[in-house]
Amino acid sequence: MTGPVITDTGRAPSRAAPAPAPPRRPRLTWRQRLSVADVTWSPYLYIAPFFVIFGVVGLFPLLYTAYLSLFDRDLLDVESTYVGFANYATLFADPQFWNALVNTISIFALSTVPQIVIAVLLAALLNSRLRLPTAWRVGVLLPYVLSLVALGIIFANLFGTNYGLVNGMLETLGFDRIDWQGNRFASHVAIAVMVNWRWTGYNALIVLAAMKAIPKEITEAALIDGAGAVRRFFSVTLPLLRPTLIFVVITSTIGGLQIFTEPKLFDVMPGSNNGGSSNQFQTITLYMYQTGFETQHLGYASAIAWVLFLVIIIVAVANFLLTRRLASTGVAEDGAR
Amino acid sequence: MLAGAIALTAVAGLSACGDDGSGGGSGGGGDQVELTIGTFTEFGYEDLLPEYERLHPNIKITHHKTGQGGPYHQQLLTKLAANSGLEDVVAIEEGHLADVLDKPQLFNNLADIGPKDVKPDRWLDWKYESAVAKDGTWIGYGTDIGPLAMCYRKDLFAKAGLPSDPEAVKPLFESWDSYFAAGDTYAKKTGKAWFDSDSQIFNAMQNQLDTGYLAKDDKLAIESNPDIRANWDQVTAAGKRGQTAKLVAFSPEWNNGFKVGAFATKTCPSWMLGVVKEQAGPANAGKWAVTDAFPGGGGNWGGSFLAVPKQSAHPKEAAALAAWLTAPEQQVKAFQQTGNFPSQVEALSSPELLATTNDYFGDVKTGELFAAQAQKVGKAQYKGPGDGQIQENATSPALQAVEQGKSPEDGWQQAVDAAKRITG
Repeated sequence: MTGPVITDTGRAPSRAAPAPAPPRRPRLTWRQRLSVADVTWSPYLYIAPFFVIFGVVGLFPLLYTAYLSLFDRDLLDVESTYVGFANYATLFADPQFWNALVNTISIFALSTVPQIVIAVLLAALLNSRLRLPTAWRVGVLLPYVLSLVALGIIFANLFGTNYGLVNGMLETLGFDRIDWQGNRFASHVAIAVMVNWRWTGYNALIVLAAMKAIPKEITEAALIDGAGAVRRFFSVTLPLLRPTLIFVVITSTIGGLQIFTEPKLFDVMPGSNNGGSSNQFQTITLYMYQTGFETQHLGYASAIAWVLFLVIIIVAVANFLLTRRLASTGVAEDGAR
Repeated sequence: MLAGAIALTAVAGLSACGDDGSGGGSGGGGDQVELTIGTFTEFGYEDLLPEYERLHPNIKITHHKTGQGGPYHQQLLTKLAANSGLEDVVAIEEGHLADVLDKPQLFNNLADIGPKDVKPDRWLDWKYESAVAKDGTWIGYGTDIGPLAMCYRKDLFAKAGLPSDPEAVKPLFESWDSYFAAGDTYAKKTGKAWFDSDSQIFNAMQNQLDTGYLAKDDKLAIESNPDIRANWDQVTAAGKRGQTAKLVAFSPEWNNGFKVGAFATKTCPSWMLGVVKEQAGPANAGKWAVTDAFPGGGGNWGGSFLAVPKQSAHPKEAAALAAWLTAPEQQVKAFQQTGNFPSQVEALSSPELLATTNDYFGDVKTGELFAAQAQKVGKAQYKGPGDGQIQENATSPALQAVEQGKSPEDGWQQAVDAAKRITG
């Protein structure tokens, strides 16, 4: 606080010098000082809460996790031993980690790809002439509003192996029952369905907003040139949606690689972090949580957290480079019009 | 306006609390002591704590109650590690006891600070022994227990040509051999399952061994103790012969299994009767029965302890409160509130307890029945650190994998590998 006052004294007299009434000067100067301080320092003060809170709950844990990952430390240990990068060496030789990584990527792929395709189609439908357009849009967003925990419980019931609705329908249609819990791929599909159910509508609305922003003239010009509805969609709408689609891909990448609640709730063993009887749907975040808070190997869990962080950064950078390339083509097309 | 007024009162209330706290903590007043107690789910202490305050006017008690055991114990361990923030008296569930028994230095020894008239013989031997650490520190006073009996479906037994009267079924539940033999008969006759899941049976068998998954030197014994493997082989073989309903305990499908009669027997600690009644529902009233027999002797599943952590500022007063709460008279009152079965020798012969019946199970005298089962529990099993973890995250999932199609041999390997990861 002393900083601003000192710099201020240098300036304030020179500005206040022509003032005719010397007795009032001190009070005015004080006010002026305050107002100068207000202009120069207030913005920092206003933004400070974010950085203070980020420093306390974001940056500090991040750095402390990195520090902790160099130690062999259990929750109730009195002292911890420095082990250097041994936790990371163990991690890269840990089959359960690679299993979790494959599960995460598999669930991510199974959820992101269909999700974006369906979201674009849904947005195209919502963009057509509908009665009560707002009601439809809100309806699409409903799954996103509902509690994730309730959703998890309902889907775990639907995909129940013995008495679940999905298997019941499969059987009536003459198919075999599927062991949604035991079969690795089937469990990934079931969890992906849960993720898609929740996020497709949300993404559809984002895509819809982008569609609404496409100038009508372009579509009309294409129409006059004789392009049918399908051609207009693929040659006009989709290319102009590209930047938005990339945004959607990036957000679902970050979310998808950290997927936790869905696989945790999908497990029929209550409260389990195993991700199935043989870890067939344990994701990296679940494995990290289990290591840290169940097995209480805090050092090792910190190493997992940092590797996950690096994986996300790598994927995000890849996405960013991709975005720049694709977005620039998008701009070129924009410029052409 | 109204909101403002409420906020003001809240602040006033808070600051008042703060004043009281600092007054008691500084010891200026001398006598006034504020105690806190932490419990989870239902301990039945709501009426008992005010009663204690009336009896001891200088004591003020704040009760922190957590809804679920899982988050409660996670907090407990975190606060133990942080060495601050814990209540003066903390409840610890049997399944989490092994983790804290490994760290006796974090708790007060009740033999030193507890009231001198509170002796180990207040409790059943095995209940007392299970709360004593290897270095002799007495960590917790026992609250309740979960003595095991056998629940079974009378109607399904009769249909399969098995005896169904509570006395006549006892020979079937005499040993694990006779239990699995009866299971074969039942499965062959009806084509249906005998028990709910492999792990429910395996855990009961495992608990009857002298030591748990770790030997007394805290080395992993899952491979070196042949009894563990023998139990594994016996259970998985019976499961592969069609005796398991493959329903994971407490899952939605397991709940459904009660409704449709997917299994004919259930290992039943005293508190399980309420679960059976709730899940099987009125439609199946009168079909379930319980008998005072359990294969391989007796067993226990569940129950808790009250401990006084080192970080407590008033250990003597806290121990006195814990001792009073776990006295037979108080635990009988808690039993009447919640059905938590008392672990005190004297409470087991109290008329209130012995008179308890259960109408859903055909008016059977459940108090008498479970008191008898509690006496059948042998010695307390030695459980090393990580024992509960191995059951939850190594053997139980591996048994589930066997039910999902893995061979018992591969499943065993999975359990061993997971156990090594947990202790390693």
